[in-house]
Amino acid sequence: MPKTRRASASLTKKANKANIRLLDGNQAAAEGAKLSRVQVIAAYPITPQTPVTEALSEFAERGDLKAEYVAVESEHSAMAVCTSASMVGARTFTATSAHGLAYMHEMLHWAAGARLPVVLACVNRAIGAPWNVLNDQQDSISQRDTGWIQIYARNNQEILDSIIQAYKIAESVYVPVMVCFDGYVLSHTEMPVDVPSQEDVDRFLPPYKPHTILDPANPKNYNLVTLADPRANADGVLCHGYMELRYLLQEALQNSAETIIKVGQEFGELFGRNYANMFWKDNLDDADIVIVAMGSLAMEAKVAMGMLREDGLKVGVLGLRMFRPFPKAALVKALEKARLIVVFDKNISYGSEGATSSEIKSALYGSQIKAAVRNFIVGLGGRDIKARELADAVRKSLPSLKTGALNIEYPEWICYI
Amino acid sequence: MRTRDCKHICDESSPAIGEAGKTGEWRSLTPVIHHNKCIPAKQKKQSCFLCWLYCPDAIIKKTIPIQINLEYCKGCGICVQVCPAKAITMA
Repeated sequence: MPKTRRASASLTKKANKANIRLLDGNQAAAEGAKLSRVQVIAAYPITPQTPVTEALSEFAERGDLKAEYVAVESEHSAMAVCTSASMVGARTFTATSAHGLAYMHEMLHWAAGARLPVVLACVNRAIGAPWNVLNDQQDSISQRDTGWIQIYARNNQEILDSIIQAYKIAESVYVPVMVCFDGYVLSHTEMPVDVPSQEDVDRFLPPYKPHTILDPANPKNYNLVTLADPRANADGVLCHGYMELRYLLQEALQNSAETIIKVGQEFGELFGRNYANMFWKDNLDDADIVIVAMGSLAMEAKVAMGMLREDGLKVGVLGLRMFRPFPKAALVKALEKARLIVVFDKNISYGSEGATSSEIKSALYGSQIKAAVRNFIVGLGGRDIKARELADAVRKSLPSLKTGALNIEYPEWICYI
Repeated sequence: MRTRDCKHICDESSPAIGEAGKTGEWRSLTPVIHHNKCIPAKQKKQSCFLCWLYCPDAIIKKTIPIQINLEYCKGCGICVQVCPAKAITMA
């Protein structure tokens, strides 16, 4: 969280003064959607996301938000409603968790393939079997390859701010955005949140301009059967085949970093909270040991950093904000001085390792950085992870600092086995 | 020739003849009309036209004699099945 929230708000002369409210993560997400003036909300309640849907249906019912709340019978339908409504020009929002997100899987691909700027709040929760309603990040990580941009919030302020920014990003690059935040740790924990005024958000976020214009006077077909090869349309113009459209989606995500940073900077200029970065850095300048984590876990890592610094170790924290697109080049620059990178993952790609660990290693390949990467799987299914446990894991990894690059095939787990 | 000129970011087209390409190329069997058996051709007046009514691709023209547009006929053979005079065969 930015340290100078109150002070910075007064520095931005144009924005209204800070309006600090105590909000839990779910309320922050609902407020973010409301301030973004969403027009269609389709969601199905699931723990721990339920309060988001409750708050938004209340806003719509009371008339505080001019939106259509569609009470669907499943998450698959929720995303189908969002894509259809987005297609005809409405700003759409949904929220879900775990099994609900998994049930949406097919339509997540559809939203991205149709290049519809839907925004989804994913309240991170473990997936069964066995049943578990508590927090980890397996749900959104399992949707990694659907073509969505993924933002991970560290605290409730970031949830609210990220949802507002998500619309500006999504509607600029025409890629849907998933704003992910940890269940309970954030979703059910109240924190002070500066809630911007509607007037200021309206200045930041222009109305949605769809690229799919449905007009009876000028009928169009969208996303019909598109076979392997490009073909000419009736006017003789050669149109993309399936593979060209896939390429364009990848190109849009590759290029979206620029938009994400620009939008984050604009947000900072108006609201005093700067998001012009794909990740957060803390004490990286002199650090030869870097802890990497995503979401609220990165905040926990900062506490561990404090403990390790007391021991005289030069430790820094890199908190990943963006997981898709993954900021490879920027990371290599930030990790230049690292000799030991300890990656904590609240997810596991079974048979391999944690998802962020794979990404970090892939980013380092071919760079000049000769750092050992140690990966720890932590906090699955709501298992409490304490700062001292993170610190202990770093201490346990210290021999790698001396031996240099180490190829450890599989991650270590912080659990009772 | 590259495909960026179409300026689409998702699959997009306008409903028009030929928008899906020359679908006649998909055909393996071709319908052949025998006008000597076809009811409208024999009676020289509007009648029957079940082939026109049932053709899923609307490529049969309701003229006397009827015309089949082979550029877009996919060769499904429904016209053969519905013709009461057995005036169309597949070859």
